[in-house]
Amino acid sequence: MKWSMKWMKVLLLTVAVLAVAAAGCSGGPSAETGAEQTGGSPQQGSSEGGAESDAEAVTVKFTNFSASGDNEKYLQQMKEAFEKEHSHIKIDIETLPYEGYFTQMQTRVASGTAPDAYELNYENFVSYAKKGVLKDLTEFFDGFDTSVLNSNALEAFAADGKQYGLPASFSNVVLFYNKDLFDQAGAEYPTNDWTWQDVQEAAEKIRALGDQIYGIYQPIQFWEFYKMVRQNGGSLMNEDMTQFTLDTPENIETLEYMVGRVLDTNVMPTEAQMAGMGDWDLFKSGRLGMLVTGIWAFPDFSENIDFQWDIEVEPGNTAKATHFFSNGLVINQNSKVAEAAFEWLKFMSSSKEAAQIRVDAGWELPAINDEDVLESYLQVTPPDNKKAVFESLDYLVTPPVVEQNAEMTDIINLHLEAARDGAITPAEALREAQKALEEKINLQ
Amino acid sequence: MQITKRGRLAVILFLLPCLTGLVLFSVIPVLYAFLLSFTDWDGLKPVDLPGGVPSFVGLDNYISILSGEEFWRVLRNTAVYVVLYIPVILIASMSAALLLNRPYRGVGLYRVLFYIPVLTSWVAGSLIFKSLLSPEYGGVNELLGWIGVEGPGWLYDPVWAMPGIVLASIWKDMGFFALIFLGGLQSIDPVYYEAAKIDGANVWQRMKHITLPLLSPVTFFVIVICLIFSFQLFPQVMIMTDGGPHGATQVMVERIYRYSFNYFKMGYASAFSFILFAIIFLFTWLQLKLQKKWVHYDA
Repeated sequence: MKWSMKWMKVLLLTVAVLAVAAAGCSGGPSAETGAEQTGGSPQQGSSEGGAESDAEAVTVKFTNFSASGDNEKYLQQMKEAFEKEHSHIKIDIETLPYEGYFTQMQTRVASGTAPDAYELNYENFVSYAKKGVLKDLTEFFDGFDTSVLNSNALEAFAADGKQYGLPASFSNVVLFYNKDLFDQAGAEYPTNDWTWQDVQEAAEKIRALGDQIYGIYQPIQFWEFYKMVRQNGGSLMNEDMTQFTLDTPENIETLEYMVGRVLDTNVMPTEAQMAGMGDWDLFKSGRLGMLVTGIWAFPDFSENIDFQWDIEVEPGNTAKATHFFSNGLVINQNSKVAEAAFEWLKFMSSSKEAAQIRVDAGWELPAINDEDVLESYLQVTPPDNKKAVFESLDYLVTPPVVEQNAEMTDIINLHLEAARDGAITPAEALREAQKALEEKINLQ
Repeated sequence: MQITKRGRLAVILFLLPCLTGLVLFSVIPVLYAFLLSFTDWDGLKPVDLPGGVPSFVGLDNYISILSGEEFWRVLRNTAVYVVLYIPVILIASMSAALLLNRPYRGVGLYRVLFYIPVLTSWVAGSLIFKSLLSPEYGGVNELLGWIGVEGPGWLYDPVWAMPGIVLASIWKDMGFFALIFLGGLQSIDPVYYEAAKIDGANVWQRMKHITLPLLSPVTFFVIVICLIFSFQLFPQVMIMTDGGPHGATQVMVERIYRYSFNYFKMGYASAFSFILFAIIFLFTWLQLKLQKKWVHYDA
């Protein structure tokens, strides 16, 4: 075989040109795995036929991610209950895995092939709402009493004074603790009045139990940080959201406290000590005294933990603050069946039947205020102190949300992580983050 | 030879299926992305909605990328990868090729074994390496412990994260380049070796004066491809570190992906792609110029 120079040139330049094409259109590994996981049948649960007989029937296409995994059968139950009530509406459900969901949704929205109604998580909601691709739902609110919905959750899906979404489900974050480790360390169980100081003392006692036993795990990232600065009387932005206020003394003190738990007292493991283990796994292995995480851990923990554990409202410092996550339901701006789609959203979000299906399945919390439904939620134990879930709602704070939300969170996380790993001091981290945010995030 | 009119028609017909794909899925998107790189399109708004038509912003995207601190940091991360990856992959794959070129029994099986990682999905490979490199429970630090070395924090340490990714890339790419080297080795006429042996050249002399010079076109090809691969580093970063720890493994394609699909800045991301293209093009062109100094054609 002869290697001629001319041939080589042609080949290499072709490769270089194709290289940029490949770079330009790589959908990322998440998109690939997403396609694999659906197993080529994204249409599960679509109508079983017979819909065609009714000439006036409309079909609403609905796409979601939160039923993927184990919960598709419960969504199917909701659909059946809904279709029984509304004979003229057929729901065509498409369930996609969380990985790759947002990449795919973005492409579909941009190409004008989005479903009539779909699910968005809180983090992505604002970007979509501000870009004008969602329908304002207020026009359908005639005869709809929004007071049945949890007001915090409802508020989360409003932007610029318009209600673009309804909350589908709701989860908040509480303090989980391992009773056995507290007993061994001779520490008092947490109460609703606890402060950071109490947490620190208990964590140190538990840490002293052994080299591999840690006091607390509370991730050092945006979602914990925005809440913890509120617990310390601080805030990430000024009142009217026109300026970032990251490097205030309250915020620096907060980050110093968070980082101190890792680097100084080491009551919380470093990243290397975690070595890729998940925080839930650490708790389940019985080597962690306290864990701040969401109530969606209940089904897993009830099943897989054999020691005694319970929950409490998260401790604050100068103030109390807790946070929540919510998934919302929205309607595509271009949908031709928006009215029917709204009926379906309203059913999933606010009807007692749908809420009961959720509670019975342990599939997060419904976002409604109905006492009966919530009562049956409290019945299921562990944890014994389940009412702490509702008590936490009294202290809810909402994160600052901007149009460039993902970018803002990433910038803040980047600097929080640098402080966590001891690469820079907390004060430096927040000053640099403040600078980067001012440079890159447009607050209008 | 002259191609007749009929012949030309046949050529076009045969090329058509391939060309259609190339134009539809490569040429048009590349041109479209080039246009987008001068706009502020968010990648979300359909053009038929009010305000959906992106506005032209001229060279703003390019200026903002090149004048920001991020681009240079990301470029430096890529440079670290290149400096670690290219020498090691060259030596590793050439050695493997030399071993696989010998006529011992079952060599076919070994060739297959070396090539298997190339066929493995990057997702699976990255996950395996992520657990192998775990500081406390991983196999790599366990091995290092046996020889009395305390292993680093690998993917959790800003200094060691990139070497960790290089390790995974070498494991995966070695078989591919070994195969190319093997092709090169087998095209060297054995006559040269016989002549050298008769003249009394030892193994090292034969390697230095016959194998390496005659292999130089292949080596050149491999280096260029390696460099292009390096600039396009993506899936392993996405899965093993997600750009962390605190940005130490953020690279070009990772940024492009982030800007287009997480930050809704499709125009900005497109401009980033074309800067990447310019860099790859520049390096490839430079190498084509420099090759005269060391590549021997027409052996």
